[in-house]
This record gives sequence, C-alpha cells and structure tokens, in this order.
Amino acid sequence: MKLLEIEGLGIDFGGVKAVDAVSFAVTEGEIVSVIGPNGAGKTTLFNMISGVYLPARGSVRLAGETVTGLPPQALAARGLSRTFQNLQVFQQMSVLDNVMAGFHLSEGRHILSDILALPSSLRRNRETEDAARKLLARVGLERGAELIASQLSYGALKRLEIARALACKPRLLLLDEPAAGCNAVETEEIDHLIAAVAKEGVAILLVEHDMKLVMKISDHIVVLDHGVKITEGKPEVVARDPKVIEAYLGAHGGKEAANALG
Amino acid sequence: MKNLSPKTITLLALVALVLVAPLFFPSSFYYRVGTLMFINGLAVTGLVILIGYAGQISLGHAGFCGIGAYACALAPVHLGLPPVVAMLLGALISGVLAYLVGRPILRLKGHYLAVATLGFGILIFMVLSNESWLTGGPDGMQVEDLGLRDLLKSLGLSVPAAQVWYWFSGLVLLLGALLALNLHTSSTGRALRALHDSEIAARTVGVDVAYFKLMAFVISAVYASVSGSLLAMMNKFVTPDIAGFLHSVQMVTMTVLGGAGSVFGAITGASILTALPQALTVFHDYEHIVLGLIMMLVMIFLREGLVPSLIKRFSRRQG
Repeated sequence: MKLLEIEGLGIDFGGVKAVDAVSFAVTEGEIVSVIGPNGAGKTTLFNMISGVYLPARGSVRLAGETVTGLPPQALAARGLSRTFQNLQVFQQMSVLDNVMAGFHLSEGRHILSDILALPSSLRRNRETEDAARKLLARVGLERGAELIASQLSYGALKRLEIARALACKPRLLLLDEPAAGCNAVETEEIDHLIAAVAKEGVAILLVEHDMKLVMKISDHIVVLDHGVKITEGKPEVVARDPKVIEAYLGAHGGKEAANALG
Repeated sequence: MKNLSPKTITLLALVALVLVAPLFFPSSFYYRVGTLMFINGLAVTGLVILIGYAGQISLGHAGFCGIGAYACALAPVHLGLPPVVAMLLGALISGVLAYLVGRPILRLKGHYLAVATLGFGILIFMVLSNESWLTGGPDGMQVEDLGLRDLLKSLGLSVPAAQVWYWFSGLVLLLGALLALNLHTSSTGRALRALHDSEIAARTVGVDVAYFKLMAFVISAVYASVSGSLLAMMNKFVTPDIAGFLHSVQMVTMTVLGGAGSVFGAITGASILTALPQALTVFHDYEHIVLGLIMMLVMIFLREGLVPSLIKRFSRRQG
C-alpha cells in the first residue's frame, strides 16, 4: 500500500522556486532516499511533508488521506514522525525524558490527574518509562538514560532523536541526515537500526549525504537538483544515471565520470 | 539519600524549613516575615511552571494576585461568601481570565509576550485603582480575615494570629510545591519542558504547543491568585499596588534569582528577596535599583539561578 504520496509539491522563497513539481510515493516497509547536491531542496521538501512549511503547490497524501498543510502535531497523530538535520533534541531534559516525551500522543492529555499525581498518572508514567527504556536499549543509549541530553556526543544525540521519533510509533519516519557527523561505526549502527525499523513495516524517507549508506539500504532513490526531481529509481540505476552524475559533478565532471565508469 | 527522588528531597527540605525556622525566630514579628516568604513562594512556584517548565515569560502576574486579593475583599461583603470560598472564586476568575487573555497573547514570543503580559497587568491595576466605587481606589479597602484563628479558638486552642498564618501559609506552600513537583515528572510536565527546549520538536512528537502554553499560564495564574488572596487576608487590607508592575517584577526576580527551573530554587529566591528588605532598611528605599541589579547579576553570573547553579558547581567538584 502506498503510505505517502506526493503530487506536484512546490514552494517559493522570495520568488525563487525552492522546490517545484516534485512527485513520488513511499510504500509501507520501504526505504526511500532523497539525494541531491547541497541546496537541492531536500530539507525544504522534508519540511513541507512534515508540516513545518506550508507548500505553495501540490499535495501530500498520508495513507490515502490528504494532509497538505496540516501542522506537525496533527501529522504526528496520523503516524508521521521525523528527525532534524540540525538536531532538535530537548537539551535540558534527561535522555530518558526526551524519549518519554516522544510518547506524548499515546499518553494523552490528563492535566488534572498529572497535577494530583493520581494512581492513573503514576501508572502511565511507569509504562512510558519502561517503553522508553526499551527504545533507548534499541538505539544503544540505555546506559546514559539519566544524563542530561546536552551531555551526549553528537552521534548519540542523533540516535536519541531516532529513539524519540520511534516513540511516536510512526508509520512513516522521515530521517534528515541521520548519519551526518557520525563516524564509520556509528554510521553502521544507524544503518542497521534503519533497516530493522523498515522490516517492521515502517516506511522510511531518508535524506542522506553518505552515499555508501544510501546505496546500501535504499529500496528506491529520488534525486533532486535545483528544487526539481531529475530522476528516481533503484539505487544501481540512479548511481549510473548521467543526469545524476552531472548534478553532483557538473557537466564536465559528469563526462569524465561517465568515461571512467565506461 | 540516593534512592530518594528529587521530588521527595525538595518536599522534605521544605517541610524541614517550615518546621525548623520558628526555632530561630528572635521575636514573634518573624512569623509574619515567614508568612510573607511562604506566600511569595507560592506565587513564585506558579511562575516556575510558566517560566521554568514552559519557558514563557509574564510581567503581569501581579494582576492575578490583585484579582485573588480583591475577590477576598469584595465577595464576603457583596455576596456574603465565606473568605475561603471567596479565595476559590478568585482563583476561578483568575483561571478563566488567564485562559481568555492567554489564548491571543501566548502566540507571542520573548519580549513581545513580556510586553503583552505587562499591558495586562497594568490594565488590572488601572481597573482596581480607578473603579473606586467598588474597590475604594488607591486608598485600598478592608479585607475580612480567613477566620482560622477563631476556628481554632472554638476548638479550645489559642494560637497567636501571626503563628496561625505562619503554619497555614506554610501548609499551602507545601501543597503548591507538591502539585508543581507532581507536574514536573508527569506527561504534562514533559510536554511543557519539551516545548521550552524546542517548539518544533515538541510539535513533531504531537504536543499541541499553544494548548500547553495556555495551561501553564492558567495554572500559574491560579497560584498567583491564591497568593494574592492570602496576602490580602493576612494583612486584612489591600491596595491596588498588589497588582502593580513592581510586584510582577518582584515575582519574576524571585523566580529567576533562585532558579526558574527548580521549585526549591524559586522558593529560596522568594525567601531571600522577602527577607532582604526586613534585614536592610536601605533595601526598601532603593528597591527598584536593587531588584534590577540582582536581575542583571543573576543573568550574567548564574544564568540558571542560584540553587541550580550551586548544585551544579557542587556536584562537579564531587565528580
């Protein structure tokens, strides 16, 4: 089933078409990567899909329902979760609290019972804590649970953000450069994590610059350049596409690369 | 100590403070100072929820103190309500008003929010001082006592009024601190702290940011209102100054001085700034200057406030 369908999506910043007429789809359990040179509009595209920016044109459909322009909290309730390129961790909260905050929607709103610390509120808290600790173990952060988030290393924060996103029990997970700034070992851990999450049926949309990672785990790749989709397809096809090579290396470099590849 | 939660430690420390402090009082006058500390501590605990948890500012919370105070002044006279009920009525009015006012102004951020709340506080102050047919204007008006002392007397206990107020306000402060601490570790508290750190990430995990900001505003308004009611009933008199700008600034300074993120810190801040004018008469003449100076020094040297900064420094030395 098509979980995410994007149709002719576009947005302008001060008259410049930052993203224009981008269409593609993501199926359940599929890992789709969006790649392209810096400034191609990948993060802008993500921000439109996740409700941070309001698209000027086109539509976003989530599990068949049109969700164009809905705010992030409404999208979260419909099973869309994301991480951010420039880390949006709750820096002053503990690592455990960060992940527990991810369970906000499944906990529901119970302000009065929370203030009075009624048994129902305490029980909810215990259940959330157990679930959060399991998620922390899954991303390998169980030992730092009580630390303040700002004390973690960059790579650990990236994993923390993924754990928080998973706490929302997403059907579609948007990962914006999850491996940026991570060393080879950390990248591999993230690679395994993403693959395992996709196996559970979660659709994953990925922006990533680490081409080794992208080529290895993607089922499908969408290539953006100057805000438009220049091609899409299987990793091995996209990697040889002269248009893609040209976008990354320029016209001259593209020719050289094509010669080199034979 | 290790297996006690921060919540239990804070509560135990507060209980100890309330119980032990009278042993050091040189005269019964200090029961009054203690009561003032607790009443200010209560308002400041509310601001911990707004400023410390949710990261929003208000320079108009004295307006809610004013509503609570004048509810206790007016409702017993005009509606024949007992003072306790008048206090609850004031809290209800403050909560509803905070809800109505908060919806539009909490969309603002940073200094825009500060100015909007400042305007709200001034508005309440103006109403209280101008509608003299009802409020007695700038001269203020009498307030009926809570009647606790009479209640105790009828039970055969004769306790000086100052002591009755001390123990009662201490109890209310403990209750207020307990509720604020409950909130901190709950799902609602996490949502508030989350939107403080990153609104966009909070929205991404499904937090309705506008709603939770509003709830923090409403809850802190109720705290301020109850503290205003208590202050008026203890003094048996109230003037519009209780809703004035200086009072709002005092409350924010107390919160920030002690540490906005921590209930115990903020109550410490309230205690220091309440006791200081009693200890230094000079303080009273230059209150504005001293408050401003404290604010600046805290912002420069102890960004997180007195108590959290000291705890951090101490635990670093140990580790």
